Amino acid sequence: MRLDKLPQGRPAYVDRIDWTRMSPSEGQRLREFGVCEGASIELLHRGGLFGGGAVAARVGRMTIAMRAGHASAIEVSTEAAASAVRGTSVQASSQAPSPDSALTA
Amino acid sequence: MSISSLVALVGNPNAGKSALFNALTGARQKLGNYPGVTVERKMGRLPLDDGQVIDIVDLPGTYSLAPNSPDEEVTRNVILGRQPGERLPDALVIVVDAANLDNHLRFALELIALGLPTVVALNMVDLATRDGLELDAVRLAADLGVPVVPTVAVRKRGLDHLRAEVSRLLPSAAVPIRARPQEQDFAALQREAQRIARRAIVSESPSRRLTGAIDKVALHPVLGLALLLGLLFVMFQAVFSWSEVPLALVEGALAAVEDGVAAALPDSVLRDFLVQGIIAGVGAVIVFLPQILILFFFILMLEGTGYMTRAAFLMDGIMARVGLSGRAFIPLLSSFACAVPGIMATRTIADPKDRLTTILIAPLMTCSARLPVYTLIIGAFIPARTVGWGIGLQGLVLFLLYVAGIVGAFVAALALRRSVTKGGGGGFLMELPKYQMPFVRDIALGLWQRAVIFLKRAGSIIFVTTVILWVLLSYPKPPEGSGYSPIKYSAAGRIAGLIEPVLEPIGFNDEIAIALIPAIAAREVAVAALATAYSIEDAGGDEAKVEQSLSDRLSGRWSLPTALAFLAWFVFAPQCISTIAVTRRETNGWKWPTFMIVYLTVTAYIAAGATFWTATALGL
Ligand SMILES: Nc1nc2c(ncn2[C@@H]2O[C@H](COP(=O)(O)OP(=O)(O)OP(=O)(O)O)[C@@H](O)[C@H]2O)c(=O)[nH]1
Ligand SMILES: [Mg+2]
Repeated sequence: MRLDKLPQGRPAYVDRIDWTRMSPSEGQRLREFGVCEGASIELLHRGGLFGGGAVAARVGRMTIAMRAGHASAIEVSTEAAASAVRGTSVQASSQAPSPDSALTA
Repeated sequence: MSISSLVALVGNPNAGKSALFNALTGARQKLGNYPGVTVERKMGRLPLDDGQVIDIVDLPGTYSLAPNSPDEEVTRNVILGRQPGERLPDALVIVVDAANLDNHLRFALELIALGLPTVVALNMVDLATRDGLELDAVRLAADLGVPVVPTVAVRKRGLDHLRAEVSRLLPSAAVPIRARPQEQDFAALQREAQRIARRAIVSESPSRRLTGAIDKVALHPVLGLALLLGLLFVMFQAVFSWSEVPLALVEGALAAVEDGVAAALPDSVLRDFLVQGIIAGVGAVIVFLPQILILFFFILMLEGTGYMTRAAFLMDGIMARVGLSGRAFIPLLSSFACAVPGIMATRTIADPKDRLTTILIAPLMTCSARLPVYTLIIGAFIPARTVGWGIGLQGLVLFLLYVAGIVGAFVAALALRRSVTKGGGGGFLMELPKYQMPFVRDIALGLWQRAVIFLKRAGSIIFVTTVILWVLLSYPKPPEGSGYSPIKYSAAGRIAGLIEPVLEPIGFNDEIAIALIPAIAAREVAVAALATAYSIEDAGGDEAKVEQSLSDRLSGRWSLPTALAFLAWFVFAPQCISTIAVTRRETNGWKWPTFMIVYLTVTAYIAAGATFWTATALGL
């Protein structure tokens, strides 16, 4: 499921991020906010009365705002589904070797 | 003695670096509950307990040493010693937000790896406690390998301990920065940070989610926008309705001074100078102090509570349509105070084209120096009545003028983004900080600072321009009995006569022509100039005329279309000298400031003309 389609208030995990759908500096900022594969994430608010608006999401203990376009590049799965696939904790996935080559690029 | 040691305050945006800097040095750096408040480095002196006084530098916040925008570049350059003519810091004070350790520790780890003597200030522990979070600083220090000092910068807690740790760090001879470890894997650092953060948490109780609850409304697509508009509306209503009493007091005081001077001095050039030049001119500006402070009270509240970022969030949809990032709305909102800090704040915008566009439209946001012009004209021509539901007509017109500036800015951005600043285009990625109630002391201090700045302006640039103008308006004097108007006959009147033909088609008279030129120095001078001119003109007249207030003088002389055209001119008015200077500095050359002057002057001319002719056609 894409982050922008995630129901509000349902905790999820980041599965995959399509870094090609944003500029390198935007990708960097997103990683600096802690948005990376395995991170826990939750969609809090949808703005945008006039279309193209922003969404607010919780990542870790932080609330961040991004455009819906960027949110749609973030593939997430909800808690239940995630734990079924890969065990219960974030650590399980974050210990996986080199989550994404783009991270270190 | 050798040069003193240098310590740098560094960390994520909004961690409280400037608050800590102020607490340590007694400086008054601007604070605000949103990321990107500080955009320049600022030096201060820090006396330590062992008697030495060291240099300390406050830096713009950044998320890593890989800069994304010009302000973050400053931080990187200072920390890595790449700032030309600047020495390398001897030690770092890393400021982290206790309530957001997972994130802030990643950057902290990156900084610690540089190998400089380091102490971590675990700031905002009060907010962490509010959120039901208890942390173990000793454990954290052991894991990080550097001392950790819990602090509450805004309450000056933990400062002694922090100073002691800093003096303990310093004797160590300057350690050369280790080559920045390239292979410092971002994801690995992140995991490490999360692990350390988790271990530092002693207990975590479910807390009141104040911020989330407010945001349900504040970020709501419909309610949030209504709230934003409502806030701005109340702000401009308040400028009129709250200022009545203090305004009357200031006006009364000025009138008393004027009477006193008039009574004490014989009829002389000196008396004319004091009464017409200083009291009428500069005094006409000073009476707006209460209104300016009310405006700043609202701006300080918006900045201190954390609402700024919410406004940016709400506006992002519209900003995207005109080709800007929602982020740009923060510098634009700051420009309500003054375009100069607004333009400086654009340094937080990553995309250069985005940034340039924002700089070019910032002067369209109505700055506080235009407030006296607006309120003077509104006070003189718009009746002080309500239009139902207790809404004052004057406040409504003021609100509409501000809206006209904002809409003008959006239209200008749209046009610029399709022509001269084409290409690029930023997204919108921003942290939304937790809400906070600003400290009364901070707000009071902020207002006090603004009052001092305003009075200093009145005493310097506005005073000087008014004096020069008084001289130019008073001399040469028309020969006795010649029947010439003293204003038209004066040097200023003749200069204005030259540009008057250009201004006449848009409904401007001689006195407006006289007011527009010195208004370039500072916009309030337009008010001072009108006050001085009419005061001289009426000086020879009967008692009743001399006693008139400026707004009475205006409403007796100007037609409504002229007054409205004058307002329209000032919505787009070409900027003051400081705005032009800061634009030159931020864009590295004369090209863009020149462009800005031309496009704004043309727009102002067209807007004033259109207003004048429409109003005339409507028979106003
Ligand atoms: N409750 C609380 N608030 C704090 C503390 N320290 C700072 N603040 C507030 O947090 C906000 C941010 O503080 P600043 O000092 O402006 O943060 P900064 O790190 O300089 O931010 P940038 O300049 O944007 O990088 C302000 O509203 C401060 O009043 C603290 O210890 N406790
Ligand atoms: Mg700061």
